[in-house]
Amino acid sequence: MALMEKFKKSEFYKSIFRHSYQDTQRNRALQIVDNVFLHLHPVRVPRHATNIGFTWGMGGITFLLFLVLTITGVILMFYYRPTAQFAYEDMKYLMNDVPFGPLMRNMHRWAAHAMVLTVMLHMFRVFLTGSYKPPRQFNWMVGVILLVLTLLLSFSGYLLPWDQLAIWAVTVGTNMARATPLLGHEGPFGPELGMRINNDVRFVLLGGTEVGPPTLLRFYVGHCIFLPLIAAIFMAVHFWRVRKDGGISGPESRKNF
Amino acid sequence: MQQILQIITKPDNIPIVLLLVSVIFFSWFAWTKGRKNDAQEVPDEATMDDKVQVWPYLVRVEFLATIAVMAVLVLWSVFLDAPLEEPANRALTPNPSKAPWYFLGLQELLVYFDPWIAGVVLPTLIIVGLMAIPYIDINEKGNGYYTFRHRKFAILTFSFGFLILWVALIVLGTFMRGPGWNFFWPWEKWDPHYVAVLTNVDLSEMFGIPTRLPDNSINPASFMFGAVLVLGYYTIGPAYWIWKRNTDLMKKLGLVRYAIISFLLLSMGGVVIKIILRLVPTAFGINPVKYVWVTPWFNI
Ligand code: HEM
Repeated sequence: MALMEKFKKSEFYKSIFRHSYQDTQRNRALQIVDNVFLHLHPVRVPRHATNIGFTWGMGGITFLLFLVLTITGVILMFYYRPTAQFAYEDMKYLMNDVPFGPLMRNMHRWAAHAMVLTVMLHMFRVFLTGSYKPPRQFNWMVGVILLVLTLLLSFSGYLLPWDQLAIWAVTVGTNMARATPLLGHEGPFGPELGMRINNDVRFVLLGGTEVGPPTLLRFYVGHCIFLPLIAAIFMAVHFWRVRKDGGISGPESRKNF
Repeated sequence: MQQILQIITKPDNIPIVLLLVSVIFFSWFAWTKGRKNDAQEVPDEATMDDKVQVWPYLVRVEFLATIAVMAVLVLWSVFLDAPLEEPANRALTPNPSKAPWYFLGLQELLVYFDPWIAGVVLPTLIIVGLMAIPYIDINEKGNGYYTFRHRKFAILTFSFGFLILWVALIVLGTFMRGPGWNFFWPWEKWDPHYVAVLTNVDLSEMFGIPTRLPDNSINPASFMFGAVLVLGYYTIGPAYWIWKRNTDLMKKLGLVRYAIISFLLLSMGGVVIKIILRLVPTAFGINPVKYVWVTPWFNI
């Protein structure tokens, strides 16, 4: 114990932990402010903002799932090659021979589904508490973009196992793009503008006239790099805005009633 | 019955079951809180306005929620494997071919609309409409607490869109659409050889105006019929404005906001009308409506 006390007084310890853990108001505040992750939070919040019945915790859970997806996703990347030749084989290998492979893939899959679910519930809650009202209008818009990004992330990942489920779901999903007005070869005014099956918006999306190897590569890069990066940026804006807009919404004070 | 159990227990469909359960639970939960607040002078949230320290009062909630979510996720992943079907094969089209579950509401809309509407225009309107909400809802009340009394219209409209047009259509698309995207009740077996008896007809044909002339070009009468119906439907917006423009509400809204609101609401209503035109006649054994308006460039 004496050794521990000595260690706590050392330069080394103090360089890491800036304050003691004694339960004082001041230390509680420092605990938040001196921590890069926790300082996303204010030091003090209105009591109703800590009430899970108010926020349902859905925004936070969505973010947690995003973190889980990032970590499990990076692990999956070590075992996966985005080519028509290897993709499916790599999945089989992962599911049968890689230690904890199935756990990583299952967690990635189920967290992805869960994230789509929680982001919808988060939006529902934000609507029902009227939290998009001034001054939070803009953050609601950022939220809608995050909703779209979440769906796109999930959708682009759906193709990667390169099994029957994957290509047909993506075929059905991307078939709509044919019919884009003006930009699709089967859409209103598309042919009139010179859209053909091999130059319209669907062709750009798929890198071909059907879901094939180039689509796999496109979706892979989008899924692993482009979309997560954009989503992370928008999340940063989203969280920053929650703070700047005065923290979790609430009826300013009971004086208003 | 076996059919429905088989679909519900498909690993990729678990989220839909969760969606259904959680949406019902949270709707009830928010409703109870809203009604409780409505019965009080001051909403509960406003009486909880004293400040507490984030450490520990918020951090501990986050910590517990994290543990709970991770526990559920790990158990879910240990006991249920993510699906991996046969290798991709372009020559073998599954029937029915379904998009991922969260897009099944949109895929279901393909029954009622051409792909350019169901797959492009409506999703765009949903996104734009969602983004517009904060700017078109100028009701100052109901900011930051659960209520129904203070914002009945907003809550009813949003809940209808989310619970019926989004969630219910997803459930319908997943659990009741079998081979050929034919409708099957949960207790029916999905029969791949099922052929629908009724054929779709255009609305003008129901009124004795053929859509096409004998040379297969579009009948101008049918074209006009559809144009009057569709464009006439959208003029409800301006007409209502002219009628009510001097009310306080309209003055507060202003023309631009009103135009956006009425366009979005009428479009949402239009989706419902088209769904009814397709489903209701079928229930009575009458041929359902295919198009309301047929033009050389697009059909609605
Ligand atoms: C990746 C998706 C998203 C993440 C990670 C996320 C995260 C969060 C978090 C952690 C909060 C703090 C309060 C809470 O947990 O409820 C929050 C608040 C908020 N979110 Fe999101 N969100 C996402 C998507 C959305 C969407 C889709 C919308 C709406 C369309 C939205 C609108 C808002 C608004 C307006 C607030 C402020 C709420 C208040 O002050 O009560 N967010 N978000």
